[in-house]
Parts: sequence; C-alpha cells; structure tokens
Amino acid sequence: MTLVIALAYLVAAVLFILGLKQLSSPKGARNGNFTAALGMVIALVATIPLLHFTTAGITVIAVGVLIGAVVGSVGARMVKMTAIPQMVALFNGVGGGAAALVAVSELLHFGTHPQFAEAFPSVFSIVIGSVSFAGSMVAFAKLQELMTGTPITYPGQQIVNGLIAAAILGFVIAVLAIASIPFSFIALMVLALVLGVAFVLPIGGADMPVVISLLNAFTGLAVAASGFTLNNFALIVAGTLVGASGSLLTKLMSDAMGRSLGNVLFGAFGQIQTAASATGGKDARSVRAGNPEDLATLLAYSRRVIIVPGYGLAVAQAQHAVRELADQLEKRGVEVDYAIHPVAGRMPGHMNVLLAEANVPYEQLKEMDEINDQFKDADVVLVVGANDVVNPAARSTQGSPIYGMPILNADQAKNIVFMKRSMRPGFAGIDNELMYDPKTIMFFGDAKDSLTKLVNAVKAA
Amino acid sequence: MLLSEFTFFVLAIFVGIEVISKVPTILHTPLMSGTNAIHGIILVGAIFIAAGASSPVDIGLGLVAVVLATTNVVGGFVVTDRMLEMFKGRQAPKPAAPPK
Repeated sequence: MTLVIALAYLVAAVLFILGLKQLSSPKGARNGNFTAALGMVIALVATIPLLHFTTAGITVIAVGVLIGAVVGSVGARMVKMTAIPQMVALFNGVGGGAAALVAVSELLHFGTHPQFAEAFPSVFSIVIGSVSFAGSMVAFAKLQELMTGTPITYPGQQIVNGLIAAAILGFVIAVLAIASIPFSFIALMVLALVLGVAFVLPIGGADMPVVISLLNAFTGLAVAASGFTLNNFALIVAGTLVGASGSLLTKLMSDAMGRSLGNVLFGAFGQIQTAASATGGKDARSVRAGNPEDLATLLAYSRRVIIVPGYGLAVAQAQHAVRELADQLEKRGVEVDYAIHPVAGRMPGHMNVLLAEANVPYEQLKEMDEINDQFKDADVVLVVGANDVVNPAARSTQGSPIYGMPILNADQAKNIVFMKRSMRPGFAGIDNELMYDPKTIMFFGDAKDSLTKLVNAVKAA
Repeated sequence: MLLSEFTFFVLAIFVGIEVISKVPTILHTPLMSGTNAIHGIILVGAIFIAAGASSPVDIGLGLVAVVLATTNVVGGFVVTDRMLEMFKGRQAPKPAAPPK
C-alpha cells in the first residue's frame, strides 16, 4: 500500500515538473496548468489512505474543502482581469497562512522538547508562512488601493525591521533549545506577521509583482518545510519546486526592470522625490495639449503608428477601445503595432493578457527588443497610460530612480501623442521629460474616454 | 529518512530552476500564478492535521488550514486558467478577419 502511495506521489511530482515546463512556453501554457492540477488531484487522492480519521476530522475536512472551493473558484471567476495581480497575492497569502497553521498544529503535538529535526522545519514554516501571509495581504491592500501605493517609510525603519527579525530569531532559539510551549510559538507567529507587514510597507505599488513573486517562493519553502515535519515527499518536492522556480522568477522580474532585487526590496522605490532633482523649474515649462480632431487627422494620415500601452490602459479598461482605434486606422491602411515593455502594467505580461482579451492579434504585440529599432520610422507613437517605460531619464539622468532601466525609444518617433489623466508623475514618482518634448502632444483624460473620442474623430476624418 | 528527504529537496531545487529558465517575459505572470497554485499542495498537510482532530483547538486549526489551503489550490488553478484562456483566444481570429 505504501508503495502505491509513494508511486502516486512520484507521478504527481513528475506532473508538477511537466506542468511548469509547459507553463514556460506560450504554446503549452494552458495545458501546463491542467497538468499541474492533475498532479494535485493525484497527490490529494493518494493521501487519503494515509489518514486516520476521527469523526470530527471527516466533518472538518468536508466543510473546509467545500468552503475553500467555493471561495477560491468564485473569487477567481469574478475577479476582473485588471485585478488579477492582487488576486494572485491573496491566493499566495492564504497558502502561506495554511502552512503556518499546519506547523503550529504539529508543534502542539510534539510536546515541550521535540526533536530538532522535527521542530526546526515547523518553526521555519511558521516564520516564513506568516511573513508570506501578512506580506501578501499588504500587497493586496496596496494593489486594491485599500491603502496608499506609495512607499511608507519613517526614519530608522530598517533598524526597527532588524529588531523585529532579531526578536524572531530569539524566539526560534527559545522554541528549539529551551521549551516548545504554545506561548513561544504563538509569539513567534505574531512577530512574523508583524515583520511581513513591516517588510512590504516601504515597497511601492509598482514593485508589488516582484514582492508577490518573492512571497510566492517563500510560501513554497514553507510548504517544503512542512513536508519535512510530516515526512511527506509530495510536500517537499512540490514546495521546493515552487521555492526554487519562484526565486528565479523573482530575479527575472527585477532584471526586466533593470534593477537588483535588493534595490526593489529596500530602495523605497517610487517615493515622491522631494529633492525634485536639478530641474526644479519644470512646472513653468509648457506642454502642448491637443484636441481629438487634430490628433485623429494626424493618426489617420500616418503610415506607421506604434501604440505603447501601460497601467492607465488597464485601469480605464480601455483594451477594447484601443483595439477599435487600431481597427479604424488599419482600415485606412495605417500599419499599427503595440510595443510591450516587459514591466508595463502592474505585472510582467499584464498588457499581453489584457490586449489578448480584446482579441488584438498576437503578431501585433511586439516585445521591446523587437520593436525598439523601429520607433524612428514611426510617424506617431501613441502612449496610452504608460509613463516610466518611455521616460528618457532612464537613459540620461544618472541618479534618477529609474536610471538604467531599459525603456522604449518612443522619443525617437516623429510625433508622440501622450494620453494621460494628468501631469501627475508615474509610479516611480518622477517627472517625465518626454511630456515636454516639442514633438509631444498631450491628450488629457481617462484613457477609455479619450480613445473613444479618437475613434469617432478618426471615423469622421 | 531525513537523508533521502534532503536529497529530494536539493534535487528539486535544481529541477525548479532549470525547468523555467527559458520563460519569456509575457508568461511571467501566468507562471507565477501557476506555481502559486502548486504550493497549494499544503492542503495535503492541512488534511493530515484536520483528519486526526479531536480537541477544539485541533478542530479550529484544522478547519482554518483546510479552508485556506483549498482556496489556494482552487483559486490558483482557476485564475491561472483564466489568464491563459485569453492567450489562446488571440490566435483564433487570425485568418485576416476584415475589420468591422
């Protein structure tokens, strides 16, 4: 019997690996998700013969699974595409919370002087799982705009966080070396929750994807640790796979922004720059604002238009409107492409998902490396709710928070139409030189309204 | 037991890194969401502790853990599928559909 279970776990592990493999190529991605889900079902079914049910236990599991399945599926179905990032944060957080609670329950049963090999993974799981839970909830609140997305900082913050971490370490040692009593590991959990909150507070909304990815890796490791406590291979393998791939993914994401992970986590990036840099007199400079009719004419008589979508497009739910504009232009023989910056939107790939939802043909979505040389041949670049990803300061202004980030060469186009709600700076909290470029025409307003106006004007043009 | 567990752990680290090393940027979000669903396997751990629960404390812990873990698994896979469903939709209307 145990052999069958062990083999089932092996099959599950293989399916997880195959699933991840498929998920990392565009062709098989959706199948990959099914593959992984199948692995999950096999692992769960294989676990049932290992359980020793009490009467209460059966009810607890039935009720718990029912509630969780309803909450999870309804939540995932109802959520709008724009709110996906915070939904991922939420689902990650609850996983971390579950890992911490499993570990608490185990420690309760080990007695006051558990073996190190059993107690250590439990303690690890409590700390990492709780940090992941609390951190994910703050990430959720920031993205859902339940709280400010700008970094929350105060003097001595790193020292305070360091002290919390030190206190956690103290309690870890206490549980392992002195006595494993409820007081000590509950205190450990509370401190880890506080650290999770404190750790994410100083990180700006624009960096949340990286944070969520990191916390995702954390949850994976907490799950693997629970596997050591429960002597369960499925937990160890699946948890470690997520921990390792999640860590790599976190690095890939911060690389895509041209920044180190340390800078993302501790740089308080996106704070409003009080120094306002050397160019203080910016407000005095004028920008050119356009009206829909003029812009429509400009667009309709272009040969080549490149659209640069950003988070503003997602917020305004303007993906269908932008597609309609592109359709109208193409009808007039204008060549239209979309330039997708790796970190446009709030998550890498966010724009691709949104535009795919609006049935924008895949061939028109160009990645940065592919299209960056073509901006100089474009008659018009239409920036829709993007900002930092076309800010030339990333190239030229040393000391700017985004210095060194690869950007789209929108400034090389013959004309730039910059659609924006206001002159407000983007997430990085810095002014965008491109708005003051003589080639740039600003078009203020909600992205969806503005695009609809443009569509009508192009039809009339 | 501990040694073989540790062996699995170390090997899984390498596999985890190797298997996703060539992921294109556009799939970062779905991949994160997919791995997020996979760590929902903590549900196995949650049903372990819930199955044997008899004291009120165990029942409470077990129930909350099972609810949270199930939410992670179900929500994680469903939301990933929703994202990927859209990626698929983009190839279908390819054959030079005349603009409306």
